[in-house]
Amino acid sequence: MSAQPIIADVVTNQPAIAPVAQGPTGAEILIDALTYEGVDTIFGYPGGAVLHIYDELWRARDRITHYLVRHEQGAVHMAEGYARASGRVGVVLVTSGPGATNAVTGIANAYMDSTPIVVITGQVPKHLIGTDAFQEVDTVGITRPCVKHNYLVREASDIAGVVREAFHLARSGRPGPVVIDIPKDVTAARTSYSRLDHVGFPFSTGAPPIDRTSVQQALDAVVSAKRPVLYVGGGIANSGADESLRSFAETFRLPVAPTLMGLGGFPSAHPLSLGMLGMHGTYAANMAVAQSDLLIAVGVRFDDRVTGKLATFAPHARVIHIDIDPANIGKNVAPSLSIAADARQALSELLVLGREQDEQKLHQSINARELWWEQIRAWQQSQPLRFTGSPNQIKPQTVIAELQRLTNGEAIITTDVGQHQMWVAQFYPFKRPRQLITSGGLGTMGFGLPAAVGAQLASPNQPVFAVVGDGGFQMTNQELATAVQYDLPVKILIMNNGYLGMVRQWQEMFYDRAYSEVDISVAPDFVKLAEAFGALGLRAERPNELHDVLAAAVAHRGVVVVDVHVSKEENVFPIVPAGANSSDMILQSDGV
Amino acid sequence: MRHTLSIIVADQPGELSRIVGLFSARGFNIETISVGETLDPRWSRVTIVTRGDDRTIEQIVKQCERLARVREVHDVTTRPHIEREMALITVEASAGAARQEVLSLVNVFRAKVVDISHSQLIVEASGNKEKVDTFIELLRPIGITDITRTGHIAINRLATVEERNGDEYLLRQGRES
Repeated sequence: MSAQPIIADVVTNQPAIAPVAQGPTGAEILIDALTYEGVDTIFGYPGGAVLHIYDELWRARDRITHYLVRHEQGAVHMAEGYARASGRVGVVLVTSGPGATNAVTGIANAYMDSTPIVVITGQVPKHLIGTDAFQEVDTVGITRPCVKHNYLVREASDIAGVVREAFHLARSGRPGPVVIDIPKDVTAARTSYSRLDHVGFPFSTGAPPIDRTSVQQALDAVVSAKRPVLYVGGGIANSGADESLRSFAETFRLPVAPTLMGLGGFPSAHPLSLGMLGMHGTYAANMAVAQSDLLIAVGVRFDDRVTGKLATFAPHARVIHIDIDPANIGKNVAPSLSIAADARQALSELLVLGREQDEQKLHQSINARELWWEQIRAWQQSQPLRFTGSPNQIKPQTVIAELQRLTNGEAIITTDVGQHQMWVAQFYPFKRPRQLITSGGLGTMGFGLPAAVGAQLASPNQPVFAVVGDGGFQMTNQELATAVQYDLPVKILIMNNGYLGMVRQWQEMFYDRAYSEVDISVAPDFVKLAEAFGALGLRAERPNELHDVLAAAVAHRGVVVVDVHVSKEENVFPIVPAGANSSDMILQSDGV
Repeated sequence: MRHTLSIIVADQPGELSRIVGLFSARGFNIETISVGETLDPRWSRVTIVTRGDDRTIEQIVKQCERLARVREVHDVTTRPHIEREMALITVEASAGAARQEVLSLVNVFRAKVVDISHSQLIVEASGNKEKVDTFIELLRPIGITDITRTGHIAINRLATVEERNGDEYLLRQGRES
């Protein structure tokens, strides 16, 4: 039951190094330690408490490029977009007080979606801590529930060790955010330091070996299952398990139902893919889970948006749960077999053992599932994802389909949260991991635009589209200035319906159409707004304008904002009402 | 069911609030909590008494194990163990029958009188929860004016050879790491 003894030793064992008159400052050590971690990109916003650090950054500007955002929330979302697109650790630098509190939404978002970021926050000088000083806030206290770990650094001599451990924690195991809070005087203090001080920490990097017996039992369950389903999530992309997953699914001809975070971890257009499961998942995916006799859950956490009513989720299934975070196992659903391990490692071991199987036995196993596949095909054919087209109004689903055609399904897509997000999940067939960057767990409006900026930086040669709602866009649109300043040619596609669409849909369906405070039709002219920022603004109001406008956006070299006026009261279907059985989907509107 | 968890955590500022915060954030309950140094002063032992079914307790243990500065968590209750808590109780008892009654209870419960005035006594009692509870209940009709209790500490009993080896292993870990 021991946790991570080696890590816990790092700081407790640090010898106290007496401050010395010569030697580097805390700020210099910080920049050096970041460089040592391979950091060449920082998203940030300066302020009083981080002036010494910014002074060092100025000197280090040939090694580290700092991207000046327009709001600290934007900085964290950019770092998340950067991390999610590249697999590297995103880095943020903000000042104390409001700088830190503005960053909290992004930190919580990264925590929920297991995104590796390190956020460095300034703090008031040590002697002022606890005095309600100017721009003082208890950053470590505020962020404690939404980080993997956080630090208040008290000595300049601790900085190198803390940075080393912070990066290790952010990217190891289940990735996540780490906050380093550094008082201003610590960044100014001089101390003795040599680069060797921070290279020798004994972090265990190798994953613990997987119990072969469990793997064999899991394999036996797969071979003998008549109605298996693979339920896969964000752990696939995080562990780079997409190829192992694909081989495993293909070897055993297993149907694959990804979560929102799992989209792209398995190609959406693959014949074994059932499409997303859960609240707005496909009929086939939810029915298959409901009737499965074996659910192989990999890199997932049985989120309520997936399971609906827990008691009736996959009621006939044995559950095998594979996840890197032992605390996820048994949290919501008690599995009959679990493997606490990296998804790629577990899947490849399953595959290795699977290939040792007797060929004939394997064929028998696959043949025995013919009926299951027939059933699944019948569900897919009877209730495909669909929507009613319109000659006069642009249907939001057609926007996503058109975007897919124009980008050949290759674009990186970021989103906010809400209806547009679900339509992206349903109608843009993702081909590869890290292609969809969305706010899954926290459901953060305003995530899409800054995340796109970060993703564009990480993937300069890929087209990056932020598909956002008119509500979410107005929460972080100031980051257009950042995109323009650094010439990061993101395309922002506003699905403009003048409503907070998902809330309106729930009010329509579950609150007798009482549209309480969801009308946001009084809004800026988004084309003019784009122009005011120095970006290209385009608008599509009629179905016949859609193709040309989107094509123009794709072709333009710079930042583009596309204001697409979509049908105002479109709903996302299917929908599993909150807390209902996941097989009790509402497939379409009553009146339609 | 009541469980006593023993959490070994680095003795650093803020680590206790990480544990307590985790309990409140995830809706786990804390009946008592006590904290003290271990054999190795760099590590503290946090003893938490909580309630929950097996799955809840498993979740609590796993969530605590996720904390970067927590070295180990174990459920003391799963093996034979000794639990102790201490209480300091102020009793209203002037010289006479009331005071005699208090003194005889103190005697029976092997408690101690640690302070005395014309009208009051402070008694110190220790033992497992049931014993301390009973002592307090018997004193209550006489007139208790204040109570302060420490919360539980617990340790596993020295049982089989294998288990003892296990304990020594843990102690060694504590000393070396």
